[in-house]
Amino acid sequence: MEEVIQDKDLESKEYFINMGPQHPSTHGVLRLVLSLDGEIIRKVEPHLGFIHRSIEKMCEHDVYNQIVHLTDRMDYLSCHINNEAVCLCVEQALQLEIPDRIKVIRTIIGELTRLSSHQLWWGVMGMDLGAITTFLYGFRDREMITDIFEETCGARLTMNYNLPGGLMFDIHPNFQKRTKDFLAHFKKKLPEYDTLLSNNVIFRERTKGIGYLSKEDAISYGVTGPTARASGFSCDVRKHHPYSAYDKVKFNEILDTEGDCFARYKCRIAEMWESMSIIEQLIDNIPEGPHKVPTKAVIKLPKGEWYKKVETARGEFGVYIISEGQKSPYRLKFRSPGFSNLSALDHMARGCKIADLVAIMSTLDLVIPDIDR
Amino acid sequence: MNWLYDFSYLTRSIHESLAETFEPTTVTIIEMALAGVCFMILFALLGLVLVYAERKVSAFFQQRLGPMRVGKWGTAQTLADVIKLLMKEPLMNKNADRFLFNLAPYIIMIASFMAMASLPFAKGLQALDFDIGLLYISAVSSLGVIGILLAGWSSDNKYSLIGAMRSGAQIISYELSVGLSLLTIVVLTGSLQLSTIVESQANGWWIFKGHIPAVIAFVIFLIASTAETNRGPFDLAEAESELTAGFHTEYSGLKFAFFFLAEFANMFILAASGATVLLGGWMPFHIGGWEGFNGVMDYIPPIFWFFGKVSFLIFLMMWFRWTFPRLRIDQLLTLEWKYLLPVSLMNIVLMAFLSLMGWHF
Repeated sequence: MEEVIQDKDLESKEYFINMGPQHPSTHGVLRLVLSLDGEIIRKVEPHLGFIHRSIEKMCEHDVYNQIVHLTDRMDYLSCHINNEAVCLCVEQALQLEIPDRIKVIRTIIGELTRLSSHQLWWGVMGMDLGAITTFLYGFRDREMITDIFEETCGARLTMNYNLPGGLMFDIHPNFQKRTKDFLAHFKKKLPEYDTLLSNNVIFRERTKGIGYLSKEDAISYGVTGPTARASGFSCDVRKHHPYSAYDKVKFNEILDTEGDCFARYKCRIAEMWESMSIIEQLIDNIPEGPHKVPTKAVIKLPKGEWYKKVETARGEFGVYIISEGQKSPYRLKFRSPGFSNLSALDHMARGCKIADLVAIMSTLDLVIPDIDR
Repeated sequence: MNWLYDFSYLTRSIHESLAETFEPTTVTIIEMALAGVCFMILFALLGLVLVYAERKVSAFFQQRLGPMRVGKWGTAQTLADVIKLLMKEPLMNKNADRFLFNLAPYIIMIASFMAMASLPFAKGLQALDFDIGLLYISAVSSLGVIGILLAGWSSDNKYSLIGAMRSGAQIISYELSVGLSLLTIVVLTGSLQLSTIVESQANGWWIFKGHIPAVIAFVIFLIASTAETNRGPFDLAEAESELTAGFHTEYSGLKFAFFFLAEFANMFILAASGATVLLGGWMPFHIGGWEGFNGVMDYIPPIFWFFGKVSFLIFLMMWFRWTFPRLRIDQLLTLEWKYLLPVSLMNIVLMAFLSLMGWHF
């Protein structure tokens, strides 16, 4: 009898660990409850809400021009693209005709945002895998974009530049020159990213075949963005439902079929090249014209429902507005890419090691305020 | 300046002047105390210099300046850090094993302290010189893992425990490769005594004299010693992006400083033993037969040669850390058991064959 009890004591049991809300690689206040068997993950349970600010509810009490100032606090790395989505939705409801100048500037700003977001992601990805140097390399190149934004709209984070009906101000006289300088600089630096991380044996070993997500699973979990495109799910909103000036530029939708961490990594690196090519096509061809279509100081949308989606750096971002004809929306709902992408984490991480979970989370490119809102 | 080239004059004169006044037992005790004080000073200096060096090296790898504010070029930054750590509150978990929790940092410190004793720093500057010196160093330096395991076990934190378990598996595995790669050279020297090993390199360092197998041994030694010091790309025991800080997550203040210091001391010890066995220790760069050239090289005092070689190896380790991503635990063990260990075993056989045929220089 005693022997049996002793055997039971020696049996390995599952235990759980709280990863977060304060943890270096959850990149914010995300709490993951991991069920572990030794180092092997049996289950991942995300607990959300640590940075819930009820942005959607706040939007119901704001006029449409104010909503723009809340959306950049959601996915702060895609702030301009988020704001653009709100503007496009309101403009769609008002049936405003937007001049080409605004469309082109919005596209350039959006692609710069995507580049800066991917640069930060690249740095953080390396850091999550233990190569801290990449973090500073990523930030070094991101700094130039942040400087351009600072000159354009006066802020370096939580930036606001788009407004329903146009832009807050016209572009700075230096804008085109500095953007071209940046492109010239970054074209030389992006191959460096490959030599430092992509071609590293350890990095490839750590990411290849890890966190596999099939195309069917990606679709059923609602995964979008580079994460889904690495699984072969063609979902680029810029391609399928072009907005702003995306119908005027030539670019490729990056697709991969492997669906592992390395494929997601490759997708984002390739997207940076595409973003640069989009900016190059537009930067010398900004048409003349006003930077703003005159609108009323307090916009009132007609009664009805509107949905508009854009492609942020993380995936499909949607704005759904229900208006009762008042100055604020009756109900407003954001479809944030991070939330849906996170839902696939458990599926991808089962059977992996703790170190793999960090790699998977890193390639999902989560921004927690985007998930909680 | 003669003493700089041969410390045995200095140590002998100290010994003789002590022997004149005291009894032999008292002389031994005083000498032990003196050596202890010297090592403590060296330990503190190593901590100061290496922490500063690591911060500067990492900064230059990352295109930044590193510490610049405290002192000229930030040279006093480590001192400021020490003062900060001294003033920190020593925290402890409520359910932590108090005794083991407090003991762990000291075990790590003692292990690296003991290993330091038998290192030949320069000609005649070696506290302990006995016939199993190399065995002693590798035995004592692996004692540190007990401290890491205790720290992880006693902190009452699952992250610490995972870190400690990883580090246990890692250090015990890589200990083999470190030992075997050093043994490869012992085949040639025929002695484990460190002073003999250094003397045997008077006509060329073993890495050149033993050519192919010695170079293989050097590469294996570099990889395995980086892993044994728990440094990147093998810093799985700490792995700040996975385990926050691994086995020392719960430590603060001075006890944390001990772990921090021990890491640098271990790095120094491994670099020093590697330099001694493979790169000639304090022996200047000699080429057998070139008397004039050797004479010029002898103008540089041995102690500078020793610290120069050690700093070179330490720089290599820092280079690794600030360039490579971290391995995963299964990849780490695969690398050791499937690649490094068989290769180093084969390498010993190769070296034995070489030395039997007399194909080395």
